[in-house]
Amino acid sequence: MTTTLAPAARTASGPVRSAAVRAPLRDIATMTRREARRSMRSIDGLITAFALPVLIMSAFVIVFGGAISGGTGGDYIDYVVPGVLVMCLGMNSATAATGVAQDMTTGTIDRFKTLPIFSSSALWGHVIASVVRNLASVVVVMLVSVAYGFRPDADLGQWLGFVGFAVLAVVTFTWLCVVFGLVMSVEASMSVSMIFLFVPYLSSGFVPVDTMPDWLHGFAENQPFTPIIETVRGLLAGTPDAGTIVTACVWLVGFLAASVVVGSVLYRRRTAR
Amino acid sequence: MNDPMIAVRGLRKSYGRTAVLRGVDLTVRRGEIFALLGPNGAGKTTTVNILTTLVRPDGGTATIAGADVVRQSAAVRRSIALTGQYASVDEFQTGEENLVMMADLAHLPKRAVRRRAHELLERFGLTEAAGRKVATYSGGMRRRLDLAISLVADPAVLVLDEPTTGLDPASRSQLWEVVRGLAADGTTILLTTQYLEEADRLADTIAVLAEGAIAARGTAEELKALVSGDHVRVTFDDAASLATARELGVAGLDAAEEDLKALALTFPSAEPVRAIRDVLDRAESSGLAVAGVSVVKPTLGDVFLALTGSPAADRATSITDSPAPEEALR
Repeated sequence: MTTTLAPAARTASGPVRSAAVRAPLRDIATMTRREARRSMRSIDGLITAFALPVLIMSAFVIVFGGAISGGTGGDYIDYVVPGVLVMCLGMNSATAATGVAQDMTTGTIDRFKTLPIFSSSALWGHVIASVVRNLASVVVVMLVSVAYGFRPDADLGQWLGFVGFAVLAVVTFTWLCVVFGLVMSVEASMSVSMIFLFVPYLSSGFVPVDTMPDWLHGFAENQPFTPIIETVRGLLAGTPDAGTIVTACVWLVGFLAASVVVGSVLYRRRTAR
Repeated sequence: MNDPMIAVRGLRKSYGRTAVLRGVDLTVRRGEIFALLGPNGAGKTTTVNILTTLVRPDGGTATIAGADVVRQSAAVRRSIALTGQYASVDEFQTGEENLVMMADLAHLPKRAVRRRAHELLERFGLTEAAGRKVATYSGGMRRRLDLAISLVADPAVLVLDEPTTGLDPASRSQLWEVVRGLAADGTTILLTTQYLEEADRLADTIAVLAEGAIAARGTAEELKALVSGDHVRVTFDDAASLATARELGVAGLDAAEEDLKALALTFPSAEPVRAIRDVLDRAESSGLAVAGVSVVKPTLGDVFLALTGSPAADRATSITDSPAPEEALR
């Protein structure tokens, strides 16, 4: 068996190689369709993806906006929209944690692992579906915020930069949540979105850091959400800052690499519980 | 091709300091239905997980169709399909979508995907429910869909981990029929179960797994022969006759186990026919009325108890598992 298989594998010819690329892509596409159906058919998922971001946006702009901006007028909306956007991207990515946790408890992941498919395609399905879900959600949030008076000042390149950065952020957030989903129960996985709800509050996302007590400055200035939100803010305002973008990307790529490695190892090691 | 489809030698696995498998040996022939029978915690699922490449063994070897489960896991995955303890089907997808997804994952040609899905829906009586979300399916329907999904890629070896746990008796026998049909078509089937009736009625070969090792293996009849001795059971019309019968002087009857509810005395006998004749002769000469006599063969339950020291699930669980335990254990 070994002797007949090994030479064929070593001399990967043209058609063999193209099948080797196409099969994993087909696996990922199949898994993405599966996750897209899960999102579209769950009331919970739809609320998190579309209703919640609109409600959070409305709360900050209409309810808190007047008090936070100190009555100085409509500028606060330009300040807060990037913060709300990033928060929503995170919370919307966090539903992947519950999806993965469910697959672990029902034994579905075990079944996938016994198939001759690209090993972590199930996880990539979550990630790609999450990107699609988030981009749709961003469009809705953006339209609502423009209706509330948000006026972005980005040129075409900056808009493209924003979309690219948002995709990187969602891929990273979702992979991180996939790791949580692999080790948590379904119930516990539902609290993962709290990370994305609360940690951004302690950043420059909603109020400037220098309005916070001194002891919070260190954390607020150096935690990843601050450069991530500042990057979005800079791009949408048409004033991107290269240093901030690099810091944000280093954070995201670092978290992404770690999550992909840990997630892939956990995926191979863990069986249904 | 007389090579075994599944060959397991000296399989060992520990979790921490707990040894789950302590040297398991198994051989399963092509087209055979092989049951791994054992109480909870005996190591059934661990064995299944190793054979399906989910878990790496600490020692020993296991091959499926000649491919090693550790070194040639990709080849193993091409020839096996697993149906786990839970029906691992997506509730948020319809029956058809579940099957189409698995056909895609099996890399069937695009044109063949839908045809294969419809074939299987038809075969498992799910055509009418094909467009409904699985969330609306009954337990039996989910199990059938689960099995259909396992068959998408036409696997040479089908591994069923407790396939009928939680099913009602009708769905259970329906599933057995399907499994028999698959074996008749040449699929090799390894199933784990804690139900004696399932092993007895379905399997060609049964291996009893106890505390991480195979305690016995053979056909149901061979295993029953391990527990020597038939029993004779005599029933009476009233308790007074039963008490008098003990005094008849038939060997064994004086020490017989009594069941006052059924008004029965049961005792082991090496020569049951002769014992029955003795009972009837003596009863008649002393004017005692005997309601009935029968020979009781040892059951798989007796074997199981003797080998594992714990009663089988059938005895412990409710009547939904087997309507009449004594009959089911036969």
